Amino acid sequence: MAQTIAYREALNQALREEMRRDPDVFIIGEEVAEYGGAYKVTEGLLQEFGPERVIDTPISEEAIVGTGIGAAMIGLRPVVELMTINFSLLAMDQIVNHGAKLRYMSGGQLQIAVVIRAPQGAGLQLGAQHSQNLESLYAHIPGLKVVIPATPADAKGLLKSSIRDNNPVMFLEHEMLYASKGEVPDEEYLLPLGVAEVKRVGSDVSLISYSRMLLLCLKAAEQLAGEGIDAEVVDVRTLRPLDAETIVGSVKKTHKAIIVEEDWRFAGMGAEIASKIVEGAFDYLDAPVMRVAAAEAPMPYSKQLEQLALPSADEIVSAARQVTGRRLETVDRRQ
Amino acid sequence: MAEITMPKMSDTMLEGKVIRWLKHEGDQVAEGEPIAEIETDKANVEMEAFEAGVMKQILVKEGETVPVGQPIAVLETLEAEEMPPVTAPPPSEAAPAIEEKPLAPPEAERVKASPLARRMAEEKGIDLSRIQGTGPDGRIVESDVENYLKQMQAAAAPPPVIEAPSPPKPPAIEVPTEERELSRMRKTIAERMARSKQTIPHFYVTSEVEMDWASRMRDELNMDESQTKVSFTDMVIKACALALAGFPEVNASYSEDKLLMHEEINIGLAVALEDGLIAPVVHNADRKSLRRIASETKELAQRARENNLRATDYTGGTFTVSNLGMFDVESFAAIINPPESACLAVGTIREVPVVVDGQVAVSKRMKATISADHRVLDGAVAAKFLQEVKRRLESPIGLL
Repeated sequence: MAQTIAYREALNQALREEMRRDPDVFIIGEEVAEYGGAYKVTEGLLQEFGPERVIDTPISEEAIVGTGIGAAMIGLRPVVELMTINFSLLAMDQIVNHGAKLRYMSGGQLQIAVVIRAPQGAGLQLGAQHSQNLESLYAHIPGLKVVIPATPADAKGLLKSSIRDNNPVMFLEHEMLYASKGEVPDEEYLLPLGVAEVKRVGSDVSLISYSRMLLLCLKAAEQLAGEGIDAEVVDVRTLRPLDAETIVGSVKKTHKAIIVEEDWRFAGMGAEIASKIVEGAFDYLDAPVMRVAAAEAPMPYSKQLEQLALPSADEIVSAARQVTGRRLETVDRRQ
Repeated sequence: MAEITMPKMSDTMLEGKVIRWLKHEGDQVAEGEPIAEIETDKANVEMEAFEAGVMKQILVKEGETVPVGQPIAVLETLEAEEMPPVTAPPPSEAAPAIEEKPLAPPEAERVKASPLARRMAEEKGIDLSRIQGTGPDGRIVESDVENYLKQMQAAAAPPPVIEAPSPPKPPAIEVPTEERELSRMRKTIAERMARSKQTIPHFYVTSEVEMDWASRMRDELNMDESQTKVSFTDMVIKACALALAGFPEVNASYSEDKLLMHEEINIGLAVALEDGLIAPVVHNADRKSLRRIASETKELAQRARENNLRATDYTGGTFTVSNLGMFDVESFAAIINPPESACLAVGTIREVPVVVDGQVAVSKRMKATISADHRVLDGAVAAKFLQEVKRRLESPIGLL
């Protein structure tokens, strides 16, 4: 049996189930307790688990993450909530210099089983400083895992696995996805980290994506189907470790790849994925690997400009027409 | 056309400065002649031209410093001008992907093709330059190769009945057997020869050539110790080249819907190597003296055995000669070296009794067998051509 619930509710279920299962799991962050989370992900948890396990903090990201890492050092399993990924920049030293390295530098004596949850993404007119996608910053760091689910079912299964993982995990949600609904199994389940999933099977072109862009890819795939282009949609789900095998396998089948990311193109995840494709499927490529990504600029506040700066389903459709040779049109207006 | 790049003149050299150009645009350059003065991290060195030609373009100004490997000038090489309009590499390790290019421009541009299309073409033994690309910028993509294959299959009517010769399967013989990996050359030969035999309708015409005069002439020529020795093969090459001038259809290639009549006569010579064979080419053999042909074949064979052939040494052939006479072979039929339309196989010269004017006499005779592509020429043409080769060998003074 399955229930149809929102992404935020799926996350809430994951937290609740893991906190019931393991008394070492606790939540720490701004507004997570009394207010139920800035995006209502932790709603009701204070009532069930009490203020010792659902902890409101002052506004100091470095202190919040530092507390989480310290707690992990003594064997707890904290789930740190940052109000948005943009604020994680204030905690970079804790995340990169401590969280990612302590296990290594202590010769394995310390285990940093912390999950740092944060929403990212644009589309809500939040301005340049609050509309970023910073997944590639964290995916760059050895010692961190980066998980980035697109659907409620994946969000739940992957968050539960992240909490049980003994490494620091950056768990990146999307502000525009919290209300999106999907089927989630009733019974308990886990999804492994580092495993991508083919969300739509196709034969003509691989659309490789994650987070909110996955939904755009699925939409574009429907439109392409009407034009006789059968697109396969791959949800990467975990950026580090990256499941290159599934991605390369898809491209070996379709011979064409388009990577879609909401992040900026330059030095983004798309570049890493494209490199993996070229390494693994060079002799199978029938067209250059393409990327659809955001405009190379800080996100504009203006609603129209913001929409223009973000990748669209139309752009994905155009890119797919281009790589499949259905129409020779220039897609990439921003290169 | 050759690109001259900043040379690495010392182990530690990363960049070099052009101090002075000794040759300027439009200047003639001889091989080994200094063309520029280069300042390296260690010293000032004169840079020599590796090839002769005309300085076409200078890309780096005097005083400029550029990294090692960066092009600094363009040399129009003589070879580029002489490059024949056909490039048909024989079995070779060097360039299996560009074989059968019918009419490539002198400086053949790299064919734009997707990696997938390239791999498919290689697997199927298709020459990409024959395919029209429909992708962006004319790139050859998967569907172009597929369409080409379909056309080829449709064109190959009636389809040859072949007992699935490829991929080669280990023989079902119940004896102890050792498996050996195919060398690249072996693979190329296997693929090309199988394709030649499968796609080209071969037919064969054999004739006996009287070689008494030719033998005498060769002996006389070779009495001069100071000169390159002339072989029978050289004489056969020259005879074929002269004969080809009168038989353009033998000096042609079959191409889907047309015949390509080659304007040069370039004779390939099958040279046996330890692990295979290669056919280096004597270019414009009809216009070269017998001595010149002799010295060229000697050098080509030498370079072939040393695995030292340049691309131009084995490309552009329009006809091939194969001689197994040294192995006391009476006669044999060779497989055509595509995209050529014919080749000549000659056997050993033996003394045989013949009847001349009612009397039995002793004469030197050699059997020559032409293999011809029936799509291009018919039996009578092959026979007449062979007759002309025979006539020229029997009155060998014209070969000189």
